[in-house]
Amino acid sequence: MMNRLTLAERQLATVLAGLVALGGFTMAAAGRGDPMGVHGWIVLILALAALLKVVAALQEPEPTEDRTASYYDDPTKAGIVLALAWAVVGMGMGVWVATQLAWPDLRFDAAWSGFGRLRPVHTSGVIFGFGGNALIATSFHVMQRTSRARLAGHVAPWFVLLGYNLFCVVAASGYLMGVTQSKEYAEPEWYADIWLVIVWVTYFVLYLRTLARRNEPHIYVANWYYMAFILVVAVLHIVNNLAVPASLTGAKSYSAFSGVQDAMTQWWYGHNAVAFFLTAGFLGMLYYFLPKRAGRPIYSYRLSILSFWGIVFFYIWAGSHHLHYTALPQWVQTLGMTFSVMLLIPSWASAGNALMTLNGAWGKVRDDAVLRFMMVAAVFYGLSTFEGSFLAVRAVNSLSHYTDWTVGHVHAGAMGWVALISFGAIYALTPLLWRRAEMYSRKLVEWHFWLALAGTVIYVFAMWNSGIIQGLMWRTYTESGTLAYSFTDTLVAMHPYYIARALGGALFLTGAVIGAFNVFMTIRHVRGQAPAHDHPTPNAAAEPAVPAAE
Amino acid sequence: MTILVLLVPVTLAMGAVGLGAFFWSLRARQYDDLAGDAERILHDDADRPLRPRTETER
Repeated sequence: MMNRLTLAERQLATVLAGLVALGGFTMAAAGRGDPMGVHGWIVLILALAALLKVVAALQEPEPTEDRTASYYDDPTKAGIVLALAWAVVGMGMGVWVATQLAWPDLRFDAAWSGFGRLRPVHTSGVIFGFGGNALIATSFHVMQRTSRARLAGHVAPWFVLLGYNLFCVVAASGYLMGVTQSKEYAEPEWYADIWLVIVWVTYFVLYLRTLARRNEPHIYVANWYYMAFILVVAVLHIVNNLAVPASLTGAKSYSAFSGVQDAMTQWWYGHNAVAFFLTAGFLGMLYYFLPKRAGRPIYSYRLSILSFWGIVFFYIWAGSHHLHYTALPQWVQTLGMTFSVMLLIPSWASAGNALMTLNGAWGKVRDDAVLRFMMVAAVFYGLSTFEGSFLAVRAVNSLSHYTDWTVGHVHAGAMGWVALISFGAIYALTPLLWRRAEMYSRKLVEWHFWLALAGTVIYVFAMWNSGIIQGLMWRTYTESGTLAYSFTDTLVAMHPYYIARALGGALFLTGAVIGAFNVFMTIRHVRGQAPAHDHPTPNAAAEPAVPAAE
Repeated sequence: MTILVLLVPVTLAMGAVGLGAFFWSLRARQYDDLAGDAERILHDDADRPLRPRTETER
């Protein structure tokens, strides 16, 4: 991989890895006796490993190939592998915490294995580890293909990808040690937050520089979605993480805001992160890979552009619907509710656009599990955005909030939409990037699809039942006006659904493990004859020569 | 709710950036050939970048 870098680029990579190692050493020295010191050691070891790799390559000859004649896919490949590794870890943690809720003894009495510490490892592992790597990898692919130009730079993409994974490792290892600023989906402490800003700004600059090189006058709509994802997440991340470290030699920091002010900032961040991390970014993926795989243009390109600008202008004040019936002023709550309901329009425009694209290609959907991943993702996107607008209505929220219904809603989006579209994109990309005729096993893709779908449906139905029962029990009064059920009564009622949830999660995890195995074998294994081109044409990779379900 | 003094302007600024980008896309004639733009992503069988239009652009 290093032989594609010029000597100057390898030297730059050496300097960068050296600087990160120095930063890690400083943290380890300054933070002795504090979790920050442990993080310093982790950063130091990982940076030294990278340093070793680039230093070893310094003596190699300059690249001889004409680099402008091909796309730069090495970072995309690494991103796919990292995304799958995080998927297995993050979903594995999810299954563990789900079983802990059904059988609390599975915590084994250790401090690090408590629900409160493992749960953020699960959420960050799947959202940032799996989802984030899938977004970075596919965005590198999409920005090059739609611009018909090679990535702008050979060090920057590696810095973005590896720097981002360093952030994820520091975040996850910190949770196990109890390092958290107690903000949902923004748990990492101040030094990790600062590092992410540097990585993220590099990412945005790389995107703009690649687009500036484009050999195609039009900027395809997927790029707009990816860029909105990068830019808005940067702003949200900075504002929500405004905090004062208790000391420069320790991990602990205090938020710049307190009470309901802090809650408002957190959910302004939290819901906009759902909007621009878990929606806009993955819509970029959908708008490129679904038409590509189906071999037909998007049903209405005009509508896809309209829904992009709709999301940009409607999504940004939905967060306060997380704070109905709190100290937040009523008008701010109502405004959040209004925006959330309006959002249904651009959301359904995208979901409908995706499904209408497949209208007339249902034969392909039947035969090709990869396209089916994308189709079901679009269906779940439509379902969970409808549910989201519905749950944001104050009257509905009075029943649903703080119950498992919210958990079910999040997982309909995260498993049904985000994970399925990512797996679809990964299956579409893997044979193309590794120059294989097709995936190692088409049958295993089918298995993955059905396990993922069954797991999602079981999970979501279990949580709907559980949440609505829970909500109704909490608001049932006796004749004399006291609460009819104790909290323990609701826990007993939840128990069977918690078991069902763990089962659904386990099916989904099994599918992900099968997917990771299949991709791994595709990378290692050359089966059958070599394709006619030295690289498969997208059509050859996308359209099976024989139907899958023979 | 002093926090709104921060959040509302930041939000409006993001909206303004979006609006600016939208006007740029109109001025740059991004929407002149929507059917062709949607179709063209499907036609890259060679899977190679197009050559830069001039050598100096590299």
